[in-house]
Amino acid sequence: MQAVGTRLDAGTDQRQGLPGRRGRARRRRRDDRRVAWLFLLPVIVGFAVFYAYPTVRGIWYSFTDYSLLADPKYVGGDNYRELISDAQAWNALKVTGYYVVVNIVSQTLLALGLAALMHRLTRSVVLRATLLVPWLVPNVTIGLLWAWLLDPDLGFVNHLIGLTGLDTTLSFNSPEWAMPLVALVNTWTFTGYTALLLYAGMLQIPPHLYEGAAMDGAGEWRMFRSITLPLLRPILALVLVVSLIGSFQIFDTVAVVYGGKAPIPETRVIYYYIYQRAFTYFDMGYASALAMVLVVILGVLTTIQLRMLRASRSDLA
Amino acid sequence: MKIGRKAAWLAVIAAVVLTVFPFYWMVRTALTPAGDLYTDSTALWPDHPTLINFARVLGLVDAETARAAGGSGAQLNFLLYTFNSIVYSGLIAVVQTFCCAMAGYAFARLRFPGRDLAFTAIIAALMVPPIFTILPNFVLVKQLDLLNTFPGLVLPSLLMTPFAVFFLRQFFLSIPRDVEEAATLEGISRWGMFWRIVLPMSRGPLITIGLTTVVWSWKDYLWPLLAGKAEDTRVLTVGLGVFLQQSPNRGPDWTGIMAGSVLSVIPVLILLVFLGKRLVQSMNFSGIK
Repeated sequence: MQAVGTRLDAGTDQRQGLPGRRGRARRRRRDDRRVAWLFLLPVIVGFAVFYAYPTVRGIWYSFTDYSLLADPKYVGGDNYRELISDAQAWNALKVTGYYVVVNIVSQTLLALGLAALMHRLTRSVVLRATLLVPWLVPNVTIGLLWAWLLDPDLGFVNHLIGLTGLDTTLSFNSPEWAMPLVALVNTWTFTGYTALLLYAGMLQIPPHLYEGAAMDGAGEWRMFRSITLPLLRPILALVLVVSLIGSFQIFDTVAVVYGGKAPIPETRVIYYYIYQRAFTYFDMGYASALAMVLVVILGVLTTIQLRMLRASRSDLA
Repeated sequence: MKIGRKAAWLAVIAAVVLTVFPFYWMVRTALTPAGDLYTDSTALWPDHPTLINFARVLGLVDAETARAAGGSGAQLNFLLYTFNSIVYSGLIAVVQTFCCAMAGYAFARLRFPGRDLAFTAIIAALMVPPIFTILPNFVLVKQLDLLNTFPGLVLPSLLMTPFAVFFLRQFFLSIPRDVEEAATLEGISRWGMFWRIVLPMSRGPLITIGLTTVVWSWKDYLWPLLAGKAEDTRVLTVGLGVFLQQSPNRGPDWTGIMAGSVLSVIPVLILLVFLGKRLVQSMNFSGIK
């Protein structure tokens, strides 16, 4: 970094007037070059072999017919043409979008509420650690747990619904309930974690703002709207970006709640469909084309969000 | 105001109950004899609590007893899978954090040609969903003949993850330069500076990244399922998935599955007991994943 060299030179030259300083700093900078590559070597190797190279390969596969058993065969845009007329692919995108909306909206609102309550009530570490547990447990375990709680015959949730006299059965096999349930299960898993991130952001808001507002007679709701929410916006936006990208990767839950069998069409999300095409049908080329579509969607969404994030940064003093 | 405060506490307590109760139900089901599930599936405590489900899931009883108790005779090689999970997540967390710290330091403090380009490329990789690289990485590991081996399992994430590089660079940029400048005058080497001065100053963020990586790799399912499904390299999540598929034909072996689930939560609880405070504080530190 430029500043190291120049600031060092300026300071020492004036103070001590040593003639050799400038030359030594230049030598140090030249040394940096060599040493920098040593510092970077593992990461560069890891990046080149397991990120960059597979990216190139993935793009290439998306233009081939590749069964994993024989060598990839170039087929031009065939995979993409197939994709456009593939109702299952469209369905996968649709249900993933549905999932993302339900999950992100419910998770963010609940987490925001929970964080605000904690912020104004308590700093208990035990409480925070407890709320973090669902996030710490593997999604596979969580999926199994909720598959049992939502079992149509014996599940505890359906027992509770029965007690209220409602004539509904919540089940991952019900076409209308399956996706909302998957989304809510993941909301249950990640709300505590998201709340803690937002809570951490709230801790950075100077407490005297609240004291002043309280003296002016502002109520809690007013303080939340006029102090917490605007000052939290940058962090809220960042949390949203990260959770949105993450929620497109929904896979584990739908992979386990059907007992290891394929999910019903209503919950066959894009990640699962890619997995299925690649490893059940051994159609690596087509799966790669699907993954490319996901890359583009996420790229566009992230860019838009980062723009908005940058716009919201200006709010922060 | 008073009533509002009570209502707020009530909401927090409701959140805690909603968080904890499903886990309680997991334990409760694991303690229920499989045969009782149909007659006694709603009471808060089983009529005839038993440890048989744990015993059969762990393979402590013979197959016949296990089948009589509602299972398929399938076992969860719990100790092996837990050991595999620990190796998998521990190795990745330690090596990856260290390598990313070196790179983060280079990006924050060293001057070399191509730095901005290399950093931008790494940041761009943040946007790529893992499935896109998982497909070719699977092919690569297969071609290297490393499927179902530990090297094949850990290699793709062992050396780096874009986020850790980004996160640690941000932190190193925030360290005041004075300390390093003073050390430079002492004639310390770049490596000495990194190892003896910068790393000890960065314990907080290093632990944050290390712990986050442990948790995420502990939860990993898709990659270990593809690259390490064989018994020898099977991690806990994959083991649970396989156990689920081996359920008896007449329906899921819920008591057994819940016993396995309870077992899989135990390591998490141990982590929480020992590192809970650190974990919670580390989130204050980062403010981001």
